[in-house]
Amino acid sequence: MAMNNVGRPTAAVANDAAAPTTFSGARGLLQPTSLIFETGSIDRTGVDLPPVKGVKSRLGGLARTTTTGNPGLSEPEAVRHYVRLSQRNYAIDLGMFPLGSCTMKHNARLNEKMARLPGFADVHPLQPVSTVQGALSVMDQLSHWLITLTGMKAVALSPKAGAHGELCGMLAIRAALDAQGQAHRRRVLVPESAHGTNPATAVQCGFIVDEIKAAPDGRVDLSDLKTKLGDDVAGIMLTNPNTCGLFERDIREIADLIHAAGGYFYCDGANFNAIAGRVRPGDLGVDAMHINLHKTFSTPHGGGGPGSGPTVLSDALAPFAPVPYVVTRADGTLDLVEHEGDSEGEPFGRMVAFHGQMGMYTRALTYMLSHGADGIKQASEDAVLNANYVQACLKEHMSPAFDGVCMHEALFDDSWLEGTGVTTLDFAKAMIDEGYHPMTMYFPLVVHGAMLIEPTESESKASLDAFVASMTGLAKAAKSGDTARFTGAPFHAPVKRLDETRAARKPVLKWSPPVEANKIAAE
Amino acid sequence: MRYLPLTPSDREQMLAKVGVASIEDLFLDVPEVARLDGPIHNLPFAQGELAVERHMQRLSNASMAAGSVPFFCGAGAYRHAVPASVDHLIQRSEFLTTYTPYQPEMAQGTVQTLFEFQSQVAGLLACDVANASMYDGSTACAEAVVMAARVTKRTKVVFSGGLHPHYRRAARTLAKHSGLEIAGLPIAINDEAAVLAAVDQNTACVVVQCPNVFGTLTDFTELAKAVQAKGALLIAVFTEAVAFGLVTPPGEMGADIVAGEGQSIGNSLNFGGPYVGLFATKDKYVRQMPGRLAGETVDADGTRGFVLTLSTREQHIRRDKATSNICTNSGLCALAFTIHMTLLGDKGLKHLAQLNHEAACETADAVSAIDGVELLSESFFNEFAVRLPGDAAKAVEAMAAQDVLGGVPYSRLRQEPGFENVLLIAATETTTAEDIASLADTLKKVI
Ligand SMILES: Cc1ncc(COP(=O)(O)O)c(C=O)c1O
Repeated sequence: MAMNNVGRPTAAVANDAAAPTTFSGARGLLQPTSLIFETGSIDRTGVDLPPVKGVKSRLGGLARTTTTGNPGLSEPEAVRHYVRLSQRNYAIDLGMFPLGSCTMKHNARLNEKMARLPGFADVHPLQPVSTVQGALSVMDQLSHWLITLTGMKAVALSPKAGAHGELCGMLAIRAALDAQGQAHRRRVLVPESAHGTNPATAVQCGFIVDEIKAAPDGRVDLSDLKTKLGDDVAGIMLTNPNTCGLFERDIREIADLIHAAGGYFYCDGANFNAIAGRVRPGDLGVDAMHINLHKTFSTPHGGGGPGSGPTVLSDALAPFAPVPYVVTRADGTLDLVEHEGDSEGEPFGRMVAFHGQMGMYTRALTYMLSHGADGIKQASEDAVLNANYVQACLKEHMSPAFDGVCMHEALFDDSWLEGTGVTTLDFAKAMIDEGYHPMTMYFPLVVHGAMLIEPTESESKASLDAFVASMTGLAKAAKSGDTARFTGAPFHAPVKRLDETRAARKPVLKWSPPVEANKIAAE
Repeated sequence: MRYLPLTPSDREQMLAKVGVASIEDLFLDVPEVARLDGPIHNLPFAQGELAVERHMQRLSNASMAAGSVPFFCGAGAYRHAVPASVDHLIQRSEFLTTYTPYQPEMAQGTVQTLFEFQSQVAGLLACDVANASMYDGSTACAEAVVMAARVTKRTKVVFSGGLHPHYRRAARTLAKHSGLEIAGLPIAINDEAAVLAAVDQNTACVVVQCPNVFGTLTDFTELAKAVQAKGALLIAVFTEAVAFGLVTPPGEMGADIVAGEGQSIGNSLNFGGPYVGLFATKDKYVRQMPGRLAGETVDADGTRGFVLTLSTREQHIRRDKATSNICTNSGLCALAFTIHMTLLGDKGLKHLAQLNHEAACETADAVSAIDGVELLSESFFNEFAVRLPGDAAKAVEAMAAQDVLGGVPYSRLRQEPGFENVLLIAATETTTAEDIASLADTLKKVI
């Protein structure tokens, strides 16, 4: 055996022993974790504050007498707790995250840096407008970009995420119909491939959802659409490119049909990243469309938000935009219209306190300035090219849901898994072992066992080739009967497959002290 | 372009593999009239980091940062000192650049922090159960109202006059299209009796706020009982989460649903967003709740783990029958909240709350000592209302011209006859004795 001069062995010896269970619970670099409630304590703190003065309280007899029960940790303990937990997460910064419809593209750190400039991050939403001209300029410039990229009349910035933007657009439609004396129009047409937020939104606005079928080519079935038109139709909610990753090629005809029937065209713009800089929704007959800044314009998803869902509006709907919005006064200064009574239009109301997701506006504007009109167009083209390349490489091994080219995402069904004993879920869990976040699975609902792969423009060709090699390997393994690789997966994640049924059957939604937890278990 | 890895030769090889001649061939489904022949006009082209940073820095400089002047604005957004480790930790790649934890085996970091967040929020508000966050306090309030209508199957909503006007507007916007009838009570600093009187057998809920928009603290224990006796729910709203380090939490007063703003723990002012909505309720209503929920479970080896659960309430499963359309929520802001709360602990939170209260008491004394200024809030936490001898918006504008951000005129939130002279003033642990002296001096000069 090779040794160094103090007798320490320096060469590795082949060893096929199974990995032992460790005494610490760690697995090498993967450290054990616990809950703050188990390691912290009620009298510990990681923040040093100046002493209290003992001023006479004016709480009107409402002083809290109970503990919050929330433990504290010192700073080193807290930092370690969260860093350890972070290492149990996958992220776009680690590798490809092909979660279809969610658009996990690179999050530039310049955007983070700009969002933290004090003139954006450390200004209060209700400071006098004379003191926030720079922040209002960000909103104004972002509006200009969004309106120009979409070819629309106006934009309502305040919606807090995509679904909130849907609400904004549909409420504008409600208000427009009411103003036209068309309040009886209650039916909203929603393709069955739509994202769940679309029907949920329509109902929140007091509409009734009427599903329209998908044609065999994955697009709206025009003949079904025509039979559903009538004078009780308020409009259509259509995603374009749609959730199958396809451009609705009849979109102009659909817009004309819905307009001729007296309804409005809401476009779900979650997939705008496929066409930004190349196609303007305003040229397609759209009346309202939300833009997920956290998808197309790369504001980070942060493990489930915050998002931002500015909603662009056509001439017909612009007057109904909610407050607040930015206007330019005659002297060139910027101002906010915050009260419905001060508006020259007929705002349908207010959706949020304050002015929306400023922190996302600054990030998105930084993205836009960095990319420029040319870079945004190139990014859309690369996103579409990457998806088509993946589809082309995988189509012999898996079954594409539809023929022909796709837009920014490639959709497969599970027919190629038939008879293998492997489900879409199993396949997804095996991808975890391969070091990839699984694609979107079981959505859209129009395709059986759907697998929706969105690589985005952030992946290099080498990265796509590695992904394809891994997916091809898995596909071959599934077909050759190596079922255990899938049904037992994941093997290499920090935890094995988690029991979601159990979680829902007996929900444990917060930590309880062991005594209480035992009591609950005993009941 | 620094963000795009494909080279021209990559693109050529890839087009060949796809079997098309050019990128145009991938966009043939776009109607011909809508195909653009080049980059969109009227927008600049790509720029390097330096140029972009210069542009953004110029815009930043054109605003008056709160930290650069004596600062007393609140009214739903509060400036607190957030430990440096919070912003560092939330910028870790694994937290910042990941998605909603749909694949829990590779997202235990996110789901466990959400579970801890829910536990902390439930403890703070003294409620049975809290969700994994809403967009912000105002939308949480709106969702609470429609949830109450669902629970009670009734259609009338009573808004207290002490509710933050933006919350009231946001809730009205959502509620009126759910077929709800809205009874908004006149603006008032205290209107418990009027709230109760407005409840009838069709009332789904009353919405009250403590501390309310004027800073006033009210014990809703009796009101909650009376409202519940009439078959309605009490929704308690708040905009300053730090308060519950010192003030009786809404759960202890018997609130059925608690909805409020969590910004002041862990999050910056950000000119109004992103913030983090806190939403809590009683166990018996959990299946009517909007939003995501993290829950405990075990993996195939029996090891503890966490997943998103009870998703049969949510839009991706229930579509048009979902409890809400919310999808993306406020994950990263919730993470900032939970980290800051962990650093504080119960002890630190109480200490912090006490410092806030003391700063507000001292500010109230200094301001109400000025001739013609009347303190309107008998009790308060870190924010109070005063009546000035003249228009409050003009006074605030005049103070800003002297580099003092002296509070929020009520008229900024709602134009209400009789309230033109009302000024809302907030102080926190960041407020210094010099700040208070500047405020008093400047206010005296401008009124
Ligand atoms: C097609 C589609 N529509 C709407 C949404 C909702 O957007 P958000 O999550 O921002 O509310 C999403 C994303 O989840 C989506 O993929």
